[in-house]
Amino acid sequence: MQWLNAIIQGILLGGLYALLAAGLSLMFGVMRIVNLAHGVLAMLAAYLGVVFVNNLGLPWFLALVIVVPIMAAVGYVLQWGLFNRAISKGGLAPLLVAFGLAVVLTQLLQQIFSADSRSIQIGALGTSSIQVSDTIYIGWFPLMTFVVGVLVIAGVQVFLNRAPLGRAMRATSDDPETVNLMGINNRQVYALATALAMATVGLAGMFIGTKTQFIPTYGDLVLIFAFEAVIIGGLGSLWGTLVGGIILGVAQTVGSQINPSYGLLVGNLVFLAILAFRPQGLLPKAVTT
Amino acid sequence: MSLLEVNGLDVHYGDFQAIYGLDLRVDEGETLAVIGANGAGKSTLLKTIAGLMRPTAGDILYEGASLTPVPSYQRVPKGISLTPEGRKIFRSLTVEENLKVGAHIKRPGPWNLQSVYEAFPLVADRRDRLGVNLSGGEQQAAAIGRALMSNPRLLLLDEVSLGLAPVVVEQIYDAIPTITGNGTTVLVVEQDVNQALKVADRVQCLLEGRTVLEGPPSSLTRDEIAAAYFGI
Amino acid sequence: MSTPTETHAHATVTSHAKVKRSTRSSWAGLGIAVPVVLFMAAAPYIIDRGFQQQLVTLFSLVVLATMWNLLAGYGGMVSVGQQAYIGIGAYGLVYLADTLGLDPFLAVPLSVIIAGLLSIPISFLAFRLVGGYFAIGTWVIAEVVKQITMQVDALGAGIGLSLTSLNELSPGRRIAYVYWLSLAAVVIAVAVTYFLMRSRLGLGFTAIRDDQVAASSLGVRVTHSKRFVFVVSAMGCALAGGMIAANTLRITPDSIYSVNFSAFMIFMVIIGGIGTIEGPIVGAIVFFALQEWLSDLGTWYLIIIGVLAIVITLFLPRGLWGLISGNGRIRLFPVGYRLVNPIERFGRHPD
Repeated sequence: MQWLNAIIQGILLGGLYALLAAGLSLMFGVMRIVNLAHGVLAMLAAYLGVVFVNNLGLPWFLALVIVVPIMAAVGYVLQWGLFNRAISKGGLAPLLVAFGLAVVLTQLLQQIFSADSRSIQIGALGTSSIQVSDTIYIGWFPLMTFVVGVLVIAGVQVFLNRAPLGRAMRATSDDPETVNLMGINNRQVYALATALAMATVGLAGMFIGTKTQFIPTYGDLVLIFAFEAVIIGGLGSLWGTLVGGIILGVAQTVGSQINPSYGLLVGNLVFLAILAFRPQGLLPKAVTT
Repeated sequence: MSLLEVNGLDVHYGDFQAIYGLDLRVDEGETLAVIGANGAGKSTLLKTIAGLMRPTAGDILYEGASLTPVPSYQRVPKGISLTPEGRKIFRSLTVEENLKVGAHIKRPGPWNLQSVYEAFPLVADRRDRLGVNLSGGEQQAAAIGRALMSNPRLLLLDEVSLGLAPVVVEQIYDAIPTITGNGTTVLVVEQDVNQALKVADRVQCLLEGRTVLEGPPSSLTRDEIAAAYFGI
Repeated sequence: MSTPTETHAHATVTSHAKVKRSTRSSWAGLGIAVPVVLFMAAAPYIIDRGFQQQLVTLFSLVVLATMWNLLAGYGGMVSVGQQAYIGIGAYGLVYLADTLGLDPFLAVPLSVIIAGLLSIPISFLAFRLVGGYFAIGTWVIAEVVKQITMQVDALGAGIGLSLTSLNELSPGRRIAYVYWLSLAAVVIAVAVTYFLMRSRLGLGFTAIRDDQVAASSLGVRVTHSKRFVFVVSAMGCALAGGMIAANTLRITPDSIYSVNFSAFMIFMVIIGGIGTIEGPIVGAIVFFALQEWLSDLGTWYLIIIGVLAIVITLFLPRGLWGLISGNGRIRLFPVGYRLVNPIERFGRHPD
């Protein structure tokens, strides 16, 4: 029964990982940037959550509504100020700039908030749960996280497939020069894509910062989890990312069930096994995203 | 006032000069064909008019105003639309999505999905197919359709016939009268002189970045054109 | 349309250009390098132990920067996981010397070889990813190596190990020996990179960097070349790991497998100038100096260096060495071919 419980908790955790991965996948899909600062940006959102909820006493959901647009604005500014310049330099520049940003931001968070672990307070919702059987409880908060993760994945997918701006993003991904001939400013599309990605990172940061005790360098793990979900699922498939997140989540919870110190290791080993035996991922690209 | 005026244009690729002091004008409603051999600077000229390349000297006036400070994406709302060399169809989008991206800037005018499908039956049959799965002719037709979706005042067509079977080229050129009949001015660049002469009101022949011959097709003899084309 | 490159090629052929490898400044380079190394070798007789230990730290940074540059600057592979090999080199030294009782100065090359062997299967995993995903993939692999280390009691699990077998030597001797070992490591790392890049392999990399598809169709074995460089870089990083363990005498999984090593490597190479032999050396010296100079500022030094690296990436892509050398006109370690005469500006180094 405890194994079943581990699997259920792992599936719920997978929703969080998919939420973490959505923005990474989106930025790569639209502009081929692997944003190495993805994890620490989620930590930035989490610390914003700490400030608004713990320090200023705002309700959790109100803080969420504030943090998401702030992060979107951060993404927009980052793209214009940093990534667009790096893209125009070409070569390794975008990757190196993203890495530099990750290190600088991590250290800045360390300076401002110290390396003491924090967590966003959510009150009773954080601990209340539904009892399914004698030994299995499903927490409301993990369930809510999972639902939000699925909705974000679905929402981004629908946006890319149907919305004019989403279509413009896919066209820009195919050919960033030619879209200019359609009256589309590819740099503006990039900025909007990063804004959207950072909005999902804002959500992800709020949820992970509430679920976990975190420190600035926790962003490293966030990046790795997001990356593993993307690769396990298959590049370019958002639904694959959800599946990847769930597999990673289950691997970690089942690993922890074997031995509490095995969680991360088993998750990583499952990732490496999939990389070795099915490098295209489980649900390879159906639609370019 | 001409719709488009190119004055003393120089364009470079790094150290290599592709266009030397070129003058050119296109009047509203006219169809101008710019012909010339490979390397004459024809595509460079269109890219510069569309804003994908910057001139190193000279100026381009459109509706009497300089285009130099205008970035390429802002030239589309002004009514300039280019069908680029190599078609550049978005590979992972369907044909219909390609057309919709073309309508991202929607100026008022006759062109929409419906009218593009009527003008290019080739495109209508393939509307749900991905760009990557199109033949060359289908790509070319879709690319012209995509450029029309913004209802341009000036349509720039780059090497429509390149690499296509003659029968497909015929089909595509059949649509040109429909386009000009709707009031669109067309500047077409061609290596295929026969096609160019058929649709053009006026022909301008380039050789190594300079104009060597100009006039209405009726006033030019085949020998004159051949001499200018090959620089004999 | 004839492209600009065709025109250039044409121009140079008809004008009887000469191709040269060495330049006057490169002879000067050898003239500088040999006395500098000899002088450095005499340092233990001149400077105190603390200073020697600091120089060992600098030497390990030079080796790390040189190895990261070999990987990224020449091989085009941005790794964020070289700390895996630093850790293997360090743990290898301590385990082989202390637990198995090997001579520490034999244990270092042996753990370098072990790291090289381990990097071969690892490369097959990592090479399934490209670009930025390769970067994170190498990081995950480093995390796995660390997590496995932490599960092994013989390696001190989460607590780490102390290197004790060097204690048989007097502190003065121990520090001097480690110093000489480290100086030799620098010479080896730089020389290996220099000769690799002057070989057919190096030429192949220039071709790959310009156009991977074209290079592979011309018979450059892209994956083989990359794998070879990956393994060499792993061995170099393991060597640096051994130096660090011998210098600090204490290793913990969190410190020796720290991703900060990757940050240091990347920043040094960017600041100094990527894709040259000299750049990483300059970068390591500047980084080390900044680290010392800004040490009172706590973690601010990493923020300052990180911002500097970003600015240099965007505005000075050839780094400080590019600035010093006038964008590659002075070359102490020429690895490319230069076209001299008649059109000097076409003879610039292809990176």
